[in-house]
Amino acid sequence: MIDIAQDTAGSAIGGRVKGIPSGVHTTDEARKRLKKRYSMEARFKAYGIGAIAMAATFLVLLLFTIVGTGLPAFTYNYVSVPLNLSSEKVDPANPAGASYNKIIRDGLKAELPFASDRKNRRVLYSLVSSGANVILQKQVVADTSMLGGTGPVAIPLSDFADLYVKGLITQKNEITTTSAATVSGTEGQVTITAEKPEFGALIAALKSYYENEVTLLSDKIEARGRSEVSVNTKITGLETRLKSEKDPLVVQRLTAEVESNREALEKIKSTLETRKAELAVLQGHLANIENGGTLNNKMPSFFVNVNGGTIKAEKVTPTSVSGTAFIPLSSDAAVAAGQWGVEELETPESFRKFSDKEIAYTDYLVSKGTIENQWNSIFFKSGASREPEMAGIWGAAVGSFWTMLVTLSLSFPIGVAAAIYLEEFAPKNRWTHLIEVNINNLAAVPSIVFGLLGLAVFLNVFGLPRSAPVVGGMVLALMTLPTIIIASRAALQAVPPSIREAALGVGASRLQAVFHHVLPLAMPGILTGTIIGMAQALGETAPLLMIGMVAFIVDIPANPVDPSTVLPVQIFMWADFPEPAFQQKTSAAIMVLLGFLISMNAIAIVLRKRFERRW
Amino acid sequence: MALEMTTDTESAMDTTISAPPAVSAEGETLKMRGRDVKVFYGDKQALHGVDLDVRKNQVTALIGPSGCGKSTFLRCLNRMNDTIDICRVEGDILLDNDDVYDPRIDVVELRARVGMVFQKPNPFPKSIFENVAYGPRIHGLAQSKADLEEIVASSLQRAGLFEEVKDRLDEPGTGLSGGQQQRLCIARAIAVSPEVILMDEPCSALDPIATAKVEELIDELRQNYTIVIVTHSMQQAARVSQRTAFFHLGTLVEEGLTNDIFTNPKDQRTQDYITGRFG
Amino acid sequence: MFWTYAALLLLVFVAANVYGRFRALQVAGHQLSVLHSRPTYHGGYLAILSTLPAFVLLIAWAVVEPRMLDMMVISANAEVIEGLSKPELQAFLRDARAIAFGGIVAFSDAGKEQAAEVFASLAQTSFVLKSVLMVGLVLGGLWYGNRAIRPTMRARHFVERTVMGLLILCSAVAIFTTIGIVLSLIFESLMFFRQIPILDFVFGTHWSPQSAFEGAGAEHGEANTKIFGAIPLLVGTMLITAIAIIVAAPIGLLSAIYLSDYASTPVRAIAKPVLEILAGIPTVVYGFFAALTVAPFIRGWGESIGLSVSSESALAAGLVMGIMIIPFVSSLSDDVINAVPQSLRDGSAGLGATKSETIRRVVLPAALPGIVSALILAISRAIGETMIVVMAAGLAANMTVNPLEAVTTVTVQIVTLLVGDQEFDSAKTLAAFALGLLLFCITLALNIFALRVVKKYREQYD
Repeated sequence: MIDIAQDTAGSAIGGRVKGIPSGVHTTDEARKRLKKRYSMEARFKAYGIGAIAMAATFLVLLLFTIVGTGLPAFTYNYVSVPLNLSSEKVDPANPAGASYNKIIRDGLKAELPFASDRKNRRVLYSLVSSGANVILQKQVVADTSMLGGTGPVAIPLSDFADLYVKGLITQKNEITTTSAATVSGTEGQVTITAEKPEFGALIAALKSYYENEVTLLSDKIEARGRSEVSVNTKITGLETRLKSEKDPLVVQRLTAEVESNREALEKIKSTLETRKAELAVLQGHLANIENGGTLNNKMPSFFVNVNGGTIKAEKVTPTSVSGTAFIPLSSDAAVAAGQWGVEELETPESFRKFSDKEIAYTDYLVSKGTIENQWNSIFFKSGASREPEMAGIWGAAVGSFWTMLVTLSLSFPIGVAAAIYLEEFAPKNRWTHLIEVNINNLAAVPSIVFGLLGLAVFLNVFGLPRSAPVVGGMVLALMTLPTIIIASRAALQAVPPSIREAALGVGASRLQAVFHHVLPLAMPGILTGTIIGMAQALGETAPLLMIGMVAFIVDIPANPVDPSTVLPVQIFMWADFPEPAFQQKTSAAIMVLLGFLISMNAIAIVLRKRFERRW
Repeated sequence: MALEMTTDTESAMDTTISAPPAVSAEGETLKMRGRDVKVFYGDKQALHGVDLDVRKNQVTALIGPSGCGKSTFLRCLNRMNDTIDICRVEGDILLDNDDVYDPRIDVVELRARVGMVFQKPNPFPKSIFENVAYGPRIHGLAQSKADLEEIVASSLQRAGLFEEVKDRLDEPGTGLSGGQQQRLCIARAIAVSPEVILMDEPCSALDPIATAKVEELIDELRQNYTIVIVTHSMQQAARVSQRTAFFHLGTLVEEGLTNDIFTNPKDQRTQDYITGRFG
Repeated sequence: MFWTYAALLLLVFVAANVYGRFRALQVAGHQLSVLHSRPTYHGGYLAILSTLPAFVLLIAWAVVEPRMLDMMVISANAEVIEGLSKPELQAFLRDARAIAFGGIVAFSDAGKEQAAEVFASLAQTSFVLKSVLMVGLVLGGLWYGNRAIRPTMRARHFVERTVMGLLILCSAVAIFTTIGIVLSLIFESLMFFRQIPILDFVFGTHWSPQSAFEGAGAEHGEANTKIFGAIPLLVGTMLITAIAIIVAAPIGLLSAIYLSDYASTPVRAIAKPVLEILAGIPTVVYGFFAALTVAPFIRGWGESIGLSVSSESALAAGLVMGIMIIPFVSSLSDDVINAVPQSLRDGSAGLGATKSETIRRVVLPAALPGIVSALILAISRAIGETMIVVMAAGLAANMTVNPLEAVTTVTVQIVTLLVGDQEFDSAKTLAAFALGLLLFCITLALNIFALRVVKKYREQYD
């Protein structure tokens, strides 16, 4: 490889290396190189720190997102209304048979007497959970002392009302006013006239809306204009070709093409006309905007709160607003400065599923102090439901419990027994080598393949029930087995041979030596491995989907063969539901699951720390 | 941090380089000087104030029973102890006139000037060529590929290995015999052109023939390099070194011409050790 | 029923144990020294002898009985059953069982009533037979064991051999699992390949099993063979895996390097748990994170720079999957980097190399085989990962390498094909098993290869 002439003079063993002067490391040049090398070093170190920081950022981001969305779901808002539970409404002999729906509706009607026509009443009823009657029924049946009179009962709000109260539907901004105002009436269409121009914010919103519309429309018009030009060019081109073309067939085709292009051109022109007219209208509005205009539901909504009532702004001028009074005013007296205010709901009505009227009614209930935020016991006590406010994790948690019970009772004894055999007794031959290779490979088999095994063998060959924790437990046991075996073997290996020799030396059999002396010493390590394996199993989803644990099951499973689902699968199912309230539920369920996992891992770490023994 | 350090170092060095080298009573140049060197591993003190000079172009052997601190002292000379977290060094160690533990001294430059050969041959899992080329490459000593090849060939020649390996330079260094591996490590060290070479029991893992070759090499290297060697074997110390220092329980008991130490030790402990009463 | 018997056997086990001890003491005349084995072992001997055969019978009965009953009912009601298709037959049996043993009956007719009667009487016979056999086995065991107990009897050897047999059986479970996986996958896949030629599956470029039974041939359940091409799924899987590795490899590797060679103890005390927590988060959580946060973010980012991004882009799924396998890469790399002997690091430092030079030029090249195999294991993990892609990747089998488009993966399709109601023999369901086989083979090959490399590499420094 090296092709250098042997230099006779300097080839002596022990001489100085040719080509490098002595003192080369203290020259300026060397120092310069060193500087470069150190900046390289610093860069490399920074990459390392960057990598760690990135991993940490991901974790923080993930936890932050989950906790941020999930935390509100741990509490729920209830409206506390006096309900008539006297004997004429509820038969004390048969409390379950009463029409609780009506009782609740009557109670609500009494709270908001002004919501009297059918439309308003429907809005009002939609504020409470559609499952409220069932909950009330259960409450009454469980506690009959509630019967026999009228007393305040807390009723869960609907999911959207709850989200609104938690501030998750729209941002609300208070706009303070500085002058006195007069109102034109207390009900229906009401106009508020302020002494000074107070409604700049509304006009600004109107203006930005129109400006936006104008830009959009102008862009459209421009695009249409461009296509008009291009179609025109095309037609001209076609006509030129037509003039020089002789072949009658081609002429026919080209003529047809020109014809269709002309039609298209006409269409474009007419749309352009309408668009331009629309634009003119919009620009007219915009030019006149300082004098006010009409608000619509594609822009932020505004409420004027005056004299205990709420008016939704529909028309605005700099000094006056008129609109429907959602909540009637207590009087039409003039109000002093600072005694009335304007409220902005940032999300436009058409972009949310909770209407302005619902917001006004909810705000009214809030202002009356009837809404209370309670610990969300429904979430922890109930099973699955299509209604977000009725859905809970208890069913899934119990399912997880049964599944883990089956997994543990199978994988722990089998895993420990296998580890003992392989570590303590197995001869070193091909058979045991095969088992070892097998275990290592099983540890890396994708979990979903275990699900396929469960489906094909446990369900279809053995005919075990679908969706049952017992099957899920068996599949997960097979999946965690390698983890437990590997951890147990490591724990057994860590027990020094002197212990075994001591036991054998006093005449114990090998089995006795292992079961009486080695196994107890290895137990902390084995338990640590088992807990980690169980934590893995608890978070596992994919194989359980295969054996049907993804079913929608309302009942709480009472034993390991009842159909049920488990926490991670519940999370998976909820994550797919479109209702925004389910997003919170999903995150909250994840928090519960992570809570379990973290405490399991913490126990494992404590166990390892406490019983760690150095030999 | 490292960046600021180098600029400071330059000025520090500029002032010191011009100073005349320290000289011993006999008129020999002192390449390295240790003054009151104390080393602690955590709470345990491994060296209790050692004063030892290393003379230029001589082989200084450090002998003593196991755990006496001779390796610890050796590793102080090029700050290899830095890699051990709990290790702390006090006192002064001077290379020419620079204190190697001065915070402004750059450890990378120090180690380039004070190379090291370890107890167990530790060739990198690369080819023989790459092993030797490693140092010149990282220090940027070669301007071109031809330069590099010349340095590698020359280093292998100086280490007395070239004839044995010239046909298989691209084979892995780990495939050589133990003695060859150790000479490869020496070649690797001299390819950087150090001023001092530290050897930590370089022959303890070798058979007698390989040992003889390495010892021969050490003797040859002396003309151009200052060598400090830790050894377990008193015969080896007698064979290769000009001066010998005897360590016991973390202190330097006695230092002097190798002949004097072995024939006429001043201290009873040295006497006991070289006559084999303990060790 | 099963559990009652199991509980009874447990009772017998305890009782026989106690009696065996007593009996051993009795035959030894209460002189322990004359016994070969301690009384405990005599107790165990008797307990095993009396309950183990009965227990094996109980399990075998539980596995075989339903099958036998079904077959006998079918043969007894041949004229009613004639002409029923397979799912109808299953429904028939299910209803008949429900009538006979209680349960929810879909609808009842004379044929089912008749079958239910057969069911009930057969079950009765089976029950009696089982009970008689079990009692016989228990009594026989007790009688034999009781006779065999005498001072010279090597009860301990018997007990220990039984325990050893159990241990061996347990360690063979791993083998049985593998055999079970391989057999079930191959068996179902063969049924699939009987309907769809294997070449159409492996090399086909069109995948749309949902349209399998539309159009002509739907009547006979004959699937169009050209819609089961696995190539688009593999391309999608590879695309997402590649994105994941591009994210995880540098971050994981650099973290491992930093933690093993640079980090101070307090930094390590914080960074290690961070990675461990990342490793411990269930994949369904990552999936939710991908769908809820990352996908909309990428979409919004793409739109802001004028790119059209699918809401189920491969990028989102790949990115989150990359985050998931960071700890996997870093812990495996950490192992191999730490396995590089300190002497090599010292040798490099002794020549005046900086830390990063040592790492880049000595440690990493020395650890390269191990790092490569760590990455291969990570790839295998990413290929087999299910929940992230199910939740964040799409269903449309696009053949594209554009990370902003939606792709689908092998695991997504397995889940889609098998979740929900299914007929077990349809090509659609069986296709999932063929995909499972494909997945198993790919990951197995990667794992074996990677483990080999690791093993060789470990030997190098041992």
